[in-house]
Amino acid sequence: MSDDLRVIQTDSPPAEGACRTQGFGSPLQLSEEHDLCPGCGEPVALRAILDAVETLDLAQRAIGVVGIGCYTALTSLIDLDLIQALHGRAPSVATGAKRMRPDSLLFTLQGDGDMVNEGLQEVIHAAARGENVTCILLNNGVFGETGGHMTATTVLGQRTKNSLEGRDAAYHGHPILIADLLSRLGGAGYVARASVHDAPGVARARRYLERAFESQMKGEGFSFVEILTMCPTGWFVPTAEGPGYLDDVLAPIHQLGELKRDGALVEPD
Amino acid sequence: MSGVEIRGTLVIDGERCKGCELCIPACPPAVLRMSEARNGSGYAYPELLPGCTGCGACLMVCPDFCFEVYRYDEPIVLEGGTP
Ligand SMILES: Cc1ncc(C[n+]2csc(CCOP(=O)(O)OP(=O)(O)O)c2C)c(N)n1
Ligand code: SF4
Ligand code: SF4
Ligand code: SF4
Ligand SMILES: [Mg+2]
Repeated sequence: MSDDLRVIQTDSPPAEGACRTQGFGSPLQLSEEHDLCPGCGEPVALRAILDAVETLDLAQRAIGVVGIGCYTALTSLIDLDLIQALHGRAPSVATGAKRMRPDSLLFTLQGDGDMVNEGLQEVIHAAARGENVTCILLNNGVFGETGGHMTATTVLGQRTKNSLEGRDAAYHGHPILIADLLSRLGGAGYVARASVHDAPGVARARRYLERAFESQMKGEGFSFVEILTMCPTGWFVPTAEGPGYLDDVLAPIHQLGELKRDGALVEPD
Repeated sequence: MSGVEIRGTLVIDGERCKGCELCIPACPPAVLRMSEARNGSGYAYPELLPGCTGCGACLMVCPDFCFEVYRYDEPIVLEGGTP
């Protein structure tokens, strides 16, 4: 503990005259302990998702279908019903669960490698069919769990384990902007892209998630929220520079904002 | 002489902190700073200086769930100006 007299004691709650407004984790968390890297955006996104479920009072009806990536290790923290899908297959598993239990809130939790590489057809067909589920993408532009290699969403110029000089369109091809692509499909009712690189970004992610869940509960068809998350380990940047890297490198290509609302494309302002 | 108004405060779990520093620039009144000391895992952790508003921005961006946020019923005013 610092001996600086200005430092306020924060080991225990204030004795009186104050009320707790927010706890360490979401009320829908069983624990706050996890082994993801320092500065990782995935636990921040998870909290935004749980906060949205809690705000809409949908915890008792929620079923999450989880893909495979670093975020899969967070499932032990989540106090909701969950199904573990095979790599990339979560949209189809969610389709089945929703058809059997139409009153449930069905969401998937997937990474960019999981959704846009390994299971691209799944999410496209689910959107085109207008399945009444919400797919959530945690996009960090790398296969985080298996060592930080390039994915289909890695932006041009981005350094990864197998694009050390930066992704080169001539050699590696172009990134897939999945939210933009899905927004063009008739079965998609709500499509948005958020980030967790600062507090206003997290608040926006929560708002978009709530709108997506509300759209599903109203039966408006497929809904999709992409969340850009920091992966300082895979990006080769210090943790404190992760948010700036997301904003400077990923967000200009995977642009933030709502793309589709109430089944109509939103024109960028 | 103007005092520092304190509208909120925190409990910080410094032991769980992984020292990423994401909370430091997230704090609008800039009243968080990293410690000189290290926790049991070898990481510096945030310390709170006077002036917290209880806004919860630090909690929103922390990947390791290290913050609990409190709001005072009545703001506390520390005399002596901004440290
Ligand atoms: C069928 C199959 N192929 C490959 C793997 C190995 N694998 C596990 S996690 C992962 C990367 C996932 O990357 P992403 O979806 O972007 O999630 P992140 O770790 O970045 O959050 C891969 C390739 C697997 N588990 N199953
Ligand atoms: S490798 Fe990246 S995505 Fe995986 S835990 Fe570390 S920072 Fe997070
Ligand atoms: S609650 Fe707000 S004002 Fe207080 S330390 Fe956290 S970010 Fe700063
Ligand atoms: S954001 Fe959380 S884990 Fe990172 S330095 Fe601040 S308290 Fe520690
Ligand atoms: Mg990834």
